[in-house]
Amino acid sequence: MTHPHSHEIKVRDGRLIALNVLKYAILIVGAFIMIFPFLWMLLTSLKSLDEAIRIPPMWLPGAFRIENYTHVWEMAPFMRYIFNTAVCCVLHVAGVVVFSVMGAYAFSMYEFKGKKLLFMLFLATMMVPGELLIIQNYITINKLQLMDTFAAVVLPTFASGFYTYMLREHFLQIPPALYKSAKVDGTSNWRFLWRVMVPMNKNTVATIAILSFIAQWNAFMWPNIVTQTDKTRLVSSGLFVFRSEASSNLQYMMAGSCIIIFPMVIFYIIFRKRIINGVGGGGIKG
Amino acid sequence: MAFYDRFVFITSTGTGFGLSAFQYVLNDPTFWRALKNTGILLLVALPLSVILALVCALLINSVKKFQGIFQTLYFLPYVTSTIAIGTAFLWLFHSQYGYITWFLNLLGLEGCAWLTDQNLVVWTLSFFCIWNGLAYKIILILAGLQKIDPEVYKAARIDGAGSLRTTMRITLPLLSPTIWMVALTSMIHTAKTYNEVYSLFTGYGGGGDAGPGNSAITIVYYIYYQFNARKAVNYAAAAAIIFLLIIIVLTLLQRVITRKLTHYV
Repeated sequence: MTHPHSHEIKVRDGRLIALNVLKYAILIVGAFIMIFPFLWMLLTSLKSLDEAIRIPPMWLPGAFRIENYTHVWEMAPFMRYIFNTAVCCVLHVAGVVVFSVMGAYAFSMYEFKGKKLLFMLFLATMMVPGELLIIQNYITINKLQLMDTFAAVVLPTFASGFYTYMLREHFLQIPPALYKSAKVDGTSNWRFLWRVMVPMNKNTVATIAILSFIAQWNAFMWPNIVTQTDKTRLVSSGLFVFRSEASSNLQYMMAGSCIIIFPMVIFYIIFRKRIINGVGGGGIKG
Repeated sequence: MAFYDRFVFITSTGTGFGLSAFQYVLNDPTFWRALKNTGILLLVALPLSVILALVCALLINSVKKFQGIFQTLYFLPYVTSTIAIGTAFLWLFHSQYGYITWFLNLLGLEGCAWLTDQNLVVWTLSFFCIWNGLAYKIILILAGLQKIDPEVYKAARIDGAGSLRTTMRITLPLLSPTIWMVALTSMIHTAKTYNEVYSLFTGYGGGGDAGPGNSAITIVYYIYYQFNARKAVNYAAAAAIIFLLIIIVLTLLQRVITRKLTHYV
């Protein structure tokens, strides 16, 4: 015995399947557009120049020329760039975490005159694009005679209005009773902050650390201005310098690009969930 | 600093006090070009990329399988250096050897000098900015979508609403605060476009020009250009102040609009 509506249901099912296929098709095309440059970059980095510029395209390299990478590695001090960037990332992350934790603590636990005004001013700094401050920062760094040092790269990046704000929101959720009882027990503010507040919010702190690590790794404008030699140059500026040296050897350019992208891709694969949730929760780029 | 006629930043001293730097900047055709290009990015590239991100996010959210994989792939550009990606696009856009030209030829269309035609470069830049900014917007919108109470959808299904109707009448209105928030944060971000210009166009004209005849310049790039390439600190500072005023006006505008839409936001 057949159900009286079975025909109708079948039509509906057919439509649903068609709709789903269409959705997946669009998504796959979209995903292809998003990762095509990466794939192309990787494949090109393994080709010879002749294969790389052939039209119509030769999609796969005739032979995987790993030697492109060793050649690029010798052409420019990529090891040095990566080391420099790693150092700056660690300093940047440490600075951002320490300053936003302390700032957030002050704005959530202390009561002082002008707190509201000060916090408003603090939030206002989020409105001013950091790019506008290059002139003043450059002059300050120059006067401190820090040009071409790691300090020049990371010092102006320590104060983060956004991350302080984000942490403060979390700190405010901690019941004040906890603070009071800690005070009664004679715990110092410093101890309370690092032993109680930070461990209780370790997820937020970790997200801040990861997102600021990515931001610093990819930072370009400011580091490019204050680093002038290979001694301090970071990966992005290093790649840019290398780009002009490699002139039109695009397989080398792509190998160089891959070298500086690989660490972040691995980082991304490891911390994928946290990065996506962190940004989705209101992260900010650069 | 912007009020000095001349400024030597090694010694941090300026001579002459007045508005001459502003006069120079406001009469500089390159500055107007930077304003125009930034305007195009704000009025064309930004809305387009928000709409595209919305479509992608809705699609990703509506499929059942492989959601995580799509999310991961679409988000990849966010974590990678704009300079490195720009290097790839530099070649994809190449008028002779670029795959984009090849692909257009395949479709029977003519390729263009994407990176060297003065009238075209701003559109090439827009394309790159849209591509590069999509990841961030998709993730924010997806997060907003996942906050919508599933009970609402259940109720809609019981009432017999189709999927298109559900999207138009329920998802979009409920999502409007998120979309608005994405548009606002992206606005400031788009207004300060710089890395994209640098990685695609610097090094062609020489002397730090952004593309041939500085045709791909944006406001922030103009500030950098005056400051770093031409060492004209007072002009850079004047341009920075003008840019700040623009940002303030944009922010005020946002607040007025937000207040008008207060029902949704």
